[in-house]
Amino acid sequence: MTTQRPDSVATPSRFPLRELALFAALLVAILGVYAVMGMAYSTRMLVEAACYAILALGLTIQWGYGGQFNAGVMGFVALGGFCAMIFSVPVNDTFWQSELPGELGVVLLYVVAAGVLVFGATRLDRLGFPRWLRTLIAIVLAVVLYLVVISMLREVTAEIEAQAGFVGGLGLPAWTGWIVGGALAGVVGYFIGHICLGLRSDYLAIATLGIAEIIKAFLKNSDWLTRGTATVSPLPWPTPGPSDLGFTLARAVYLSITAVMIAAIFFLLHRAYHAPWGRMVRAIRDNEISAAAMGKDINRRRLEIFVLGCILMGIGGAALTSFNSIFDPQGFLPLNHTFLVLVMVILGGPGNNLGTIFGAVAVYIIWIMSEPLALWLMELIVAIGEGSFGWEAPGNLESRALQARVFVIGLLITVVLRFAPKGLLPEKVSHHR
Amino acid sequence: MNELVFFINNVVIAGSVTGSIYAIGAIGVTLIFSIMRFAHFAHADMMTFGAFMALLLTAIFPGAGALVGLPTAIVMLPLAMLLTSALAVGIDRAFYKPLRAHGVKPIVMVIGSLGVTLMLQGLIRLFSGTGGQSLYIDERKEIFRLALPFENVRAPIVVTEPQVILFVLTVVCVLGLHVFLSRSRLGKAMRAMSDNPDLARASGINTNTIVAVTWVIAGGLAAIAGTLLSLDVTFKPDLSFFLLLPIFAAAIVGGVGHPYGAIAGGFVVGFAETLAVFNWSILLRPFGDSLPEWLVQANLAFVGTEYKIVVPFFILVAILIWRPTGIFKGKVI
Amino acid sequence: MPLLEARDVHGGYGGMNILNGVNMTIEADEIGVIVGPNGAGKSTMLKAVFGLLQVSQGEILLRGEPIHNLPPNKLVQKGMGFVPQENNVFPSLSVQENLEMGAFLKPDNVKRMLAQVYEFFPPLHDKRRQPAGELSGGQRQMVAMGRALMAEPEVLLLDEPTAGLSPLYMNEIFERVRQINAAGVGILMVEQNAKQALAIADKGFVLAAGQNRFTDTGAALLADPEVAKSFLGG
Repeated sequence: MTTQRPDSVATPSRFPLRELALFAALLVAILGVYAVMGMAYSTRMLVEAACYAILALGLTIQWGYGGQFNAGVMGFVALGGFCAMIFSVPVNDTFWQSELPGELGVVLLYVVAAGVLVFGATRLDRLGFPRWLRTLIAIVLAVVLYLVVISMLREVTAEIEAQAGFVGGLGLPAWTGWIVGGALAGVVGYFIGHICLGLRSDYLAIATLGIAEIIKAFLKNSDWLTRGTATVSPLPWPTPGPSDLGFTLARAVYLSITAVMIAAIFFLLHRAYHAPWGRMVRAIRDNEISAAAMGKDINRRRLEIFVLGCILMGIGGAALTSFNSIFDPQGFLPLNHTFLVLVMVILGGPGNNLGTIFGAVAVYIIWIMSEPLALWLMELIVAIGEGSFGWEAPGNLESRALQARVFVIGLLITVVLRFAPKGLLPEKVSHHR
Repeated sequence: MNELVFFINNVVIAGSVTGSIYAIGAIGVTLIFSIMRFAHFAHADMMTFGAFMALLLTAIFPGAGALVGLPTAIVMLPLAMLLTSALAVGIDRAFYKPLRAHGVKPIVMVIGSLGVTLMLQGLIRLFSGTGGQSLYIDERKEIFRLALPFENVRAPIVVTEPQVILFVLTVVCVLGLHVFLSRSRLGKAMRAMSDNPDLARASGINTNTIVAVTWVIAGGLAAIAGTLLSLDVTFKPDLSFFLLLPIFAAAIVGGVGHPYGAIAGGFVVGFAETLAVFNWSILLRPFGDSLPEWLVQANLAFVGTEYKIVVPFFILVAILIWRPTGIFKGKVI
Repeated sequence: MPLLEARDVHGGYGGMNILNGVNMTIEADEIGVIVGPNGAGKSTMLKAVFGLLQVSQGEILLRGEPIHNLPPNKLVQKGMGFVPQENNVFPSLSVQENLEMGAFLKPDNVKRMLAQVYEFFPPLHDKRRQPAGELSGGQRQMVAMGRALMAEPEVLLLDEPTAGLSPLYMNEIFERVRQINAAGVGILMVEQNAKQALAIADKGFVLAAGQNRFTDTGAALLADPEVAKSFLGG
């Protein structure tokens, strides 16, 4: 940049040996997977890794740039996935040709009306009501109206489930859902951030964990909207599907789309990081008090960072769900997958976008490969155990092998936090003389 | 009157049960917070671990309960508490202490504790499998039915044995904690360290000892809550999933770092949950003749049981908006 | 053998040296006072003595035994008491509990010492059940000093005990410090009110830029026209 301060020393521009070595190792690993697992499988893995890289970029903004810990990544992913599903799935004619859309619309109007009424009640003090009376009226009104509206909603949704299964999609191209998914995740992130960002950092973690659970509970139990545990599939792709191009080629085309998205996000983030906005954001992270003393609006910047990260998570989640071609609310495991993304970010280097992408691909490969590996290991142990001690193997070995992976991820995070908190590719900080 | 009994069974008793469990859990969270200044996310999994230890011990010594006339799991509870306390201290030594020594921000400790959560979850499921198991292995759960001395009241008030034990233990825990914190030398030192860690050090208080004592207490309480919850329903490895948000909500409602507040917060959250899923139209039934039929038939529950988790979250958000220090002023926002 | 001795102490925070060779000696029955301009390293020196700061060079001896870089709880065991300038009480603990914390390492002393401290600071006895956070600044300072005395220290370190107090309390605190000393406790204190402090001091150390500028008896320093001109405001 030309506007560099005269007294700042650029990080000694060195040959990026570390980066090259790490990415070369990653390439070797990918080629190894290709050699062992075959083209179609490996390409699928890469697409998923790319989607996770988008999520990881979202989290690296929040954690690396802003020092905010979002424990509910999966909630935002699920929101994105939900939008991808609802926008791209074909229109359900049974639903739209019945009188149900009208009824649902009426109920939604009631919801809006109830909201307006309660909001009006909270303003009664302007008409001269005493405050306690206003509060009392508002609360009683809210409770009664809530009960009325919710029982109407229950009726209509039960009707929808009985007659039409679920409301169906909008039949639009998948990318519309991705955009709206990002926006929706951003809106939810705005509300959470607005409440929690001014408080202790722990509260954000608790609240995001909570919102993720609630989003999941909602998506899982709203059969009329998402078919719940029955899942929705297949979801159309924004690119030609496997039936047109064959598995490998179709996945490769999808991969190119996600790669373009990553490149665009990467470029924009790189620009923002070195722009005044990025400097300010890092200043706030590193020393909040002096940043505030310089007149920076800390909470506003924090909110921007948080919402931006949530938007990326929504988009990444939408891309991931579309690719998997199935919307299964139970598949979003709040803690486990959130942690997978967090490990990607911390291992790669929080605040370093390149490191984050490296971390995302590397960790995802480890994660995917650890399943057959863990199973193989357990079978080996069981075989040895049976052979030499004659003990009986416990059942459901597969599900137990899965638990071993959860343990490993937890161990990995604590170890990385302790020994390499800055990751393999640490954020570059320019120093001043 | 039958409706009133129904209300007592489904709200008063059920609310007290969940409230007690949340309260005991939230005390641990709040104590850890006030001494180490971070939200300990692995706490709910410590509760699960305690319950799992009780389950294992019950399976090993199935006859122990019959000797004293209590459920075996209760007889084994002190041992389970000891094991959980040991685990808590061990986890602190292995994972939290090095982070503390580095002087990391509290949020990094939070992430570390989430890592511990995953490890505990993985371990527990690895050994217990993923299904639910009853803590009553060779025994039968005793159920007390108290008939009310009124005419035309057919339904009795129902309390189970583990619920009675839970109430007794909750009272014992609360009183014990109070005496410990206000009378004993270590308890006062704990409060002193929560007030002003630097001055505590300058007074010659060995802060490592206090940290260890905190983990022992928190671990023991976690084992009590986990075991009694598992006795009341069943042991499930994903118990923590249903506990984490409520106990944090309880601790924050009560004012973080405020043990008595955590007790109050636990009951607030517990009762709020049961009240929210209670179908209020049942209470309208006695007046069914004078009310329109649709009202009496309607489902007047605020949320379905599947959305129970919304309740602690809603309480959490409300308290963060209006009074982030909690109903009793907590220390740190 | 002197009670407390510092020889050529260097130290500071995170690589930045604040102390550049401080020397001081206090005998068992003396009051030592550290004065000097802002940023001279007065409080830093006190913290270095109490093990709250890494000493990079030089040594600090308590009765001839090296004590630098020992943790505070060891120093309390060895007979040193410290009263910080700020946050020097446990606000939610009652006055009596505050005092009990001072005797944490000597629980057998509690009863006897409580009686002594209450005798010494009668207002604390009346307020013994009140949370210390509700007391006035001067009373808090009494609680803090009482807390440090509970462990029966041989030497008491006081960091600006009169900062922010009204003149009335200030005199009271100085008087108490003199009485504590008269009871056989060595005192090392940092003070902004240099004149009053030097008036009760046996030894005075005038620090500037992390080094001794003048070292003499309190009375001599007060009489020295150069000290008066540059450090005591004429």
